[in-house]
Amino acid sequence: MIKFTLNGKTEETNAPATTRLLDLLRDDFELIGTKEGCGEGECGACSVFVNNLLQNSCLIPIGSIAGAEIQTIEGILETKKFKILDESYSDAGGVQCGYCIPGMIMASAALLSKNPHPSKAEIREGISGNLCRCTGYNMIVDAINQAAKKGDGIW
Amino acid sequence: MSLKDISTSVPKKDHSGKVSGQLPYISDVKVENMVYGVLVRSQVAYGKIISIQLPNLPEGYEAVGAEDIPGPNFVKIIKEDQPIFANEWVNYIGEPILMLVGKDLNILYSLLKEVKVIIEEHQAIYTLDEAIKQKSAAGVIMASYEFGESLETVSAIEQGAHQIIEEEYDTGYQEHVYLEPQGMLAIYKDDEIEVQGSMQCLYYIKNALLSALACGDDEVRVVQSPTGGGFGGKEEFPSMMACHVAVAARAVKKSVMLVFDRSEDMVVTTKRHPAKLNYRTALDKVGNILSLSVEIFLDGGANVGLSSVVLQRALINSAGVYKIPHFHAKGYVLKTNTVPNGAFRGFGAPQSFAGIESHLGHLSKLANIEPLEYKRKYLVKQGDPTITKGIFRDPILVEDMIEDLLKTSEYKKKKQEFQRFNQQNLRYKKGIGTSLFLHGCGFTGSGERDHIKATVKLVKSKDGIVMLKISNSDMGQGILTTLCKIVAKELDLPYEDVLYPYPDTKVVPDSGPTVASRTTMIVGKLLERAAKKLKAQWQSGVDQEVVEHYVHREMIPWDEKTFTGDAYPAYSWGVNFVELEVDTLTGNVKLEKVYGNYEVGKVIDDRIMKGQIDGGLAQGLAYGYLEKMTSKQGKIQQKSISDYGPPTSLDVVPIESKVFDNPYADGPYGAKGAGELTLIGGAPAVQAAIEDALHTTFQQIPITPEVIIESLWMKEGEEG
Ligand code: FES
Ligand code: FES
Repeated sequence: MIKFTLNGKTEETNAPATTRLLDLLRDDFELIGTKEGCGEGECGACSVFVNNLLQNSCLIPIGSIAGAEIQTIEGILETKKFKILDESYSDAGGVQCGYCIPGMIMASAALLSKNPHPSKAEIREGISGNLCRCTGYNMIVDAINQAAKKGDGIW
Repeated sequence: MSLKDISTSVPKKDHSGKVSGQLPYISDVKVENMVYGVLVRSQVAYGKIISIQLPNLPEGYEAVGAEDIPGPNFVKIIKEDQPIFANEWVNYIGEPILMLVGKDLNILYSLLKEVKVIIEEHQAIYTLDEAIKQKSAAGVIMASYEFGESLETVSAIEQGAHQIIEEEYDTGYQEHVYLEPQGMLAIYKDDEIEVQGSMQCLYYIKNALLSALACGDDEVRVVQSPTGGGFGGKEEFPSMMACHVAVAARAVKKSVMLVFDRSEDMVVTTKRHPAKLNYRTALDKVGNILSLSVEIFLDGGANVGLSSVVLQRALINSAGVYKIPHFHAKGYVLKTNTVPNGAFRGFGAPQSFAGIESHLGHLSKLANIEPLEYKRKYLVKQGDPTITKGIFRDPILVEDMIEDLLKTSEYKKKKQEFQRFNQQNLRYKKGIGTSLFLHGCGFTGSGERDHIKATVKLVKSKDGIVMLKISNSDMGQGILTTLCKIVAKELDLPYEDVLYPYPDTKVVPDSGPTVASRTTMIVGKLLERAAKKLKAQWQSGVDQEVVEHYVHREMIPWDEKTFTGDAYPAYSWGVNFVELEVDTLTGNVKLEKVYGNYEVGKVIDDRIMKGQIDGGLAQGLAYGYLEKMTSKQGKIQQKSISDYGPPTSLDVVPIESKVFDNPYADGPYGAKGAGELTLIGGAPAVQAAIEDALHTTFQQIPITPEVIIESLWMKEGEEG
């Protein structure tokens, strides 16, 4: 049995240790906000926080998460930080098909917690592991830039 | 929120569900008694199936194949040449042969490995070049058209010409890489199969199901799920998946889910047609064009699918935005034993524009005239005939759009700066390139009148909420928002009171597929008219319903046989400037600045339009230098996103764009199509900029680092 914390709650699972964290979250915990775009660590749609670090959950076997703290998009929905990102993505028009977006939000939050005042170049760098096929990224970069300003002090 | 100017942006209807990740896409859905499906596919490019040997299937696992199809075994598209499950012959690697269904995907994948299909291999055609050589063999030409000035006239002109320039130009595959892989679910009920999934065209799917299941109209139902990007990739391909899951659901009497992983999606789904374009141009002494003949070959892959229609658009755009004296064109779709190619944003136009812009750029060098200046000499004007003997009826603002960009980008000054930079730098070279382009809005010819016959419905409830009942799909382009805006504004209702739920064929009429830059212009206009009608009969406190049907504005009638007439009711226009730097040591290209001016009639939502510009350009630019897909012996070589290389946030640069107003009488609030236009100018502008930087010419896209290095080597060799 593997024990871990998921969105602040202690959880456990009997799934095989080789199960992908992505599948555990989606199938066993019905957390659909974590998406699968490639299954190979190349698109970032499956981004989650493991011990506060941004990770691709499709690459993580659950054997390695014993005792870890996992946070998915669902775990941040009620936070002020999410609210600011939500508004900024709306104002900047950063959302089209939406499939990359939960992962982008996680990447945005990770970036801003590390670097609350990023330059545009640093924003590009920060989301470079997250693929978006719809937007051409510029409006997402704007959204993160806005969020940095609006949320000054909370990141 | 009430709407003053239609272009003013509003929050998107689907924003919250998407940003929170709680809006369920098809792979997020689970229904009771659901099993998964996996497909047994051909590993052979062309051959005859001799035998199929299945492993012992555990309880609850079943195989479904051609014998389970109640109706005829083909996916109804245009021609009946695409089997649902291969019968006897396989025509490409990846062609579905049968489906295994059962509860556990891991078990299904291991069973899949144990299926033994013996195929007697036959000689296949793997490439477009081979197909061109074997063009006269039976079945190789899947479609062809020819039009323009007679060849006698053209050759008479060629005889008097100062010189004849011939160029051959190649374009590669392009993969959609919609971020959500294809997925389809058939929900089994005793009296109905309901198919849900990621899709652009509900009624294409419904018609394919009616044929495959040979059932009554009320026995199938198609519901769109939130769709994670389409770009044409979810135009015709989902019809096949829908047939697979629906046939399987019928056979096993359970709900069946089929979701591709990325590598399966990349290997077996449709792509942009690789093309070869031949140009033959007669010039006078100073480099003026006297005549131009174009020949286009599209690699259709193993089935014709939509390729004939893609070819039509490629041909109609084969002269670009130019008025060319004495123009002749012909084109072919050729069969190869490779994965069938299909719809992709631009639909044949990106290949043609890449080719013609490249060719005119090269001609300008011969004439010793600055490329943009040379192209402007040939720009079409309002009232000019099109190459198919139609007319450009509406005002054309391209000259103003160019002038504006020359100013904003400080073109002349930049050119000088770059020249100086290039003289001082051995390794890095900078260049500027431009492209001029258009996109015909809506279906080609009389498609709207003869095939689509769109109908829209508005339903108003007692409490004054109005619902859009149409069959169009929001796949990220924002029509849930823009179409609601049109109706809200027309009815003077708050935007929040107009709703557009994901369409379901049980309750929406066929307003046509979500393709061809038609949704805003055609469906939007019908909705505008419906709203006007509803407004006129509006009664508070009662339920009301209005319906509107497509009315064709007769122009010069389109004749597909002679390829003449007005190919489109209206055109949208664009101009791109691209500045970039080439590293001559590695061949890497770094974009520095991208500009776009567009004219799409009237913008329905500024922010959404900007999203279309940025996203379309990112795809179009990458088509020119970044994205490369190849097939070898009939096998797609790029099976992962990073093998293929779509742009990341580090590849794209800020895009400075502007949209010019030029309201179109038959579009809602004057709007025309916008979604495809934005992709088209990217690749040709990138090519021109790389050529400008390196003082060389290319006859192909994508211009990858390898292509650049090779051309530099050749140049060095020539210069000795
Ligand atoms: S699904 Fe994990 S990185 Fe793409
Ligand atoms: S919004 Fe579609 S992939 Fe990013």
